[in-house]
Amino acid sequence: MATNINTNVRSAYAPNWNEKVNKVVRRTVPTLVAVIIVLAIWQLLCSGPDATLPGPLQVLEDTWDPLIIDPFFQGEGTDQGLFWQIAASLKRVAMGYALAAVVGISLGVLIGVSTLMFDALDPIFQVLRTVPPLAWLPISLAAMRDSQPAAIFVIFITAIWPIIINTGVGVQNIPQDYNNVAKVLQLSKIQYFTNVLLPATVPYIFTGLKIAIGLSWLAIVAAEMLTGGVGIGFFIWDAYNSGNISEVILAILYVGLVGLLLDKLISFIATLVVPNEMS
Amino acid sequence: MQTLSNADLRVDPSTGQPPFLVIDNVSKVYPTPTGSYVVLEGISLTVREGEFVCVIGHSGCGKSTLLDMVSGFRQPTEGQVWLESQPITQPGPDRMVVFQNYSLLPWKTAFENIYLGVHSVFPDKSKAEKEAITREHLEMVGLLESAHKKPGQLSGGMKQRVCIARALALRPKVLILDEPFGALDPITREELQEELLKIWAEHQVTVLMITHDIDEALLLSDRLVMMTNGPAATIGEILDIPFPRPRNRSRVMESPLYYELRNHALDFLYRRFAHDDVE
Repeated sequence: MATNINTNVRSAYAPNWNEKVNKVVRRTVPTLVAVIIVLAIWQLLCSGPDATLPGPLQVLEDTWDPLIIDPFFQGEGTDQGLFWQIAASLKRVAMGYALAAVVGISLGVLIGVSTLMFDALDPIFQVLRTVPPLAWLPISLAAMRDSQPAAIFVIFITAIWPIIINTGVGVQNIPQDYNNVAKVLQLSKIQYFTNVLLPATVPYIFTGLKIAIGLSWLAIVAAEMLTGGVGIGFFIWDAYNSGNISEVILAILYVGLVGLLLDKLISFIATLVVPNEMS
Repeated sequence: MQTLSNADLRVDPSTGQPPFLVIDNVSKVYPTPTGSYVVLEGISLTVREGEFVCVIGHSGCGKSTLLDMVSGFRQPTEGQVWLESQPITQPGPDRMVVFQNYSLLPWKTAFENIYLGVHSVFPDKSKAEKEAITREHLEMVGLLESAHKKPGQLSGGMKQRVCIARALALRPKVLILDEPFGALDPITREELQEELLKIWAEHQVTVLMITHDIDEALLLSDRLVMMTNGPAATIGEILDIPFPRPRNRSRVMESPLYYELRNHALDFLYRRFAHDDVE
């Protein structure tokens, strides 16, 4: 009996598993090949005697010890391991982004439900959203008189626009059928908000949140270059000033990887929160 | 206070009660850039309590507009709709609507969709009572086992059953159905027609139903309201459908009167008020 079940399970799942491995291999091989080709071209371009930038092998050699092998290094002031540099940047992003999410979703709902508010505020949002993140920094520094809150404000003001605009569009696009149902059932404002408006808008909100996390990460690196302190942005600027181009390149790679992880993180949270309509 | 232009609103001598539902000389006019567009003109209809009335007419004749004025989604430009001597000014759960496109909230299960309405309309009832009402009505449409499925997992016929259950769970005075079975396959449609007949007989609810299907109207209704073509559509003729109740499809169709009525309705729709673009 037991063996019977065993063979059944194997026959049912084994090909499926094989297929999955095949699929992963099919998708990763081209990526690996492309990465190797890019690295080879880079190495080739930077191998001449008057190359201004280090090749990949040089970068690896320059940064292996201590930057790569000891990311948790803790020294004086801004002399910290890359883990701490990135953690400091992420902390600023988390604060500015969380604030932008709360304020952005609220304002988005406001302009979504009220045409008066939409007519009043949308033109302002449309103008402000085109302002580049770093243009906010001087005014923010002037207002806060401290680099730390100023950098957080820059994240906030960069991240908030896509959140407001997507939330607003989501609310405006609630199917008329659902609003009619709410009217016939005479749902209270709170019942309408939790049962109709929010579930119908959540997919749009997450589109905004996803765009916003990318912009926040873009902005923090730039802002930190100017504000200084521990953080991956200032680390890059500092390394450039001391002529350690290999460190700059390593940090850029880390910035890219962290940005990708942030994007995946928001997508993952979206799969948990966006209502599943099939189960 | 409105002045009553129509004698219909006076006490009905046979019952000693004011008439149940009165559509009193109603017109609907939309302003357009090129002048006003009259959708409906001078519609008067009195519906008895517990009556089943079908409305038939070509597309664009304003059937839905007419029913929207009973449900309260639209207001007549002239005239007034009265339910038990009260003017209708807004949508409410005493006039539940079953829309053609189901209009269930896709992120809620069948049970939750019905419960939301019950909870909103009977806030004073206990949770157990509200759940009992919800279950009772799911059972009425034979969907108790599918209570925890979401609309995405239900077939079109099942979704429409949930809509009917949701509507009736709120004990409406009038049930308004806007082509409820139009999107269903013929077999499901026949099943649901029979179910609706049974439910109507049990609930003794007043029904106003738009349909495109003469056979459906002949099977279900006490009276068939036939509309002329728009613009400025009005009631062309009202056909009494005198088949005894409880009705059964084959017995109704065997009656010689059935073909007489059917031909009369067909003659009205396809000869006297043929649509311009009907071949």
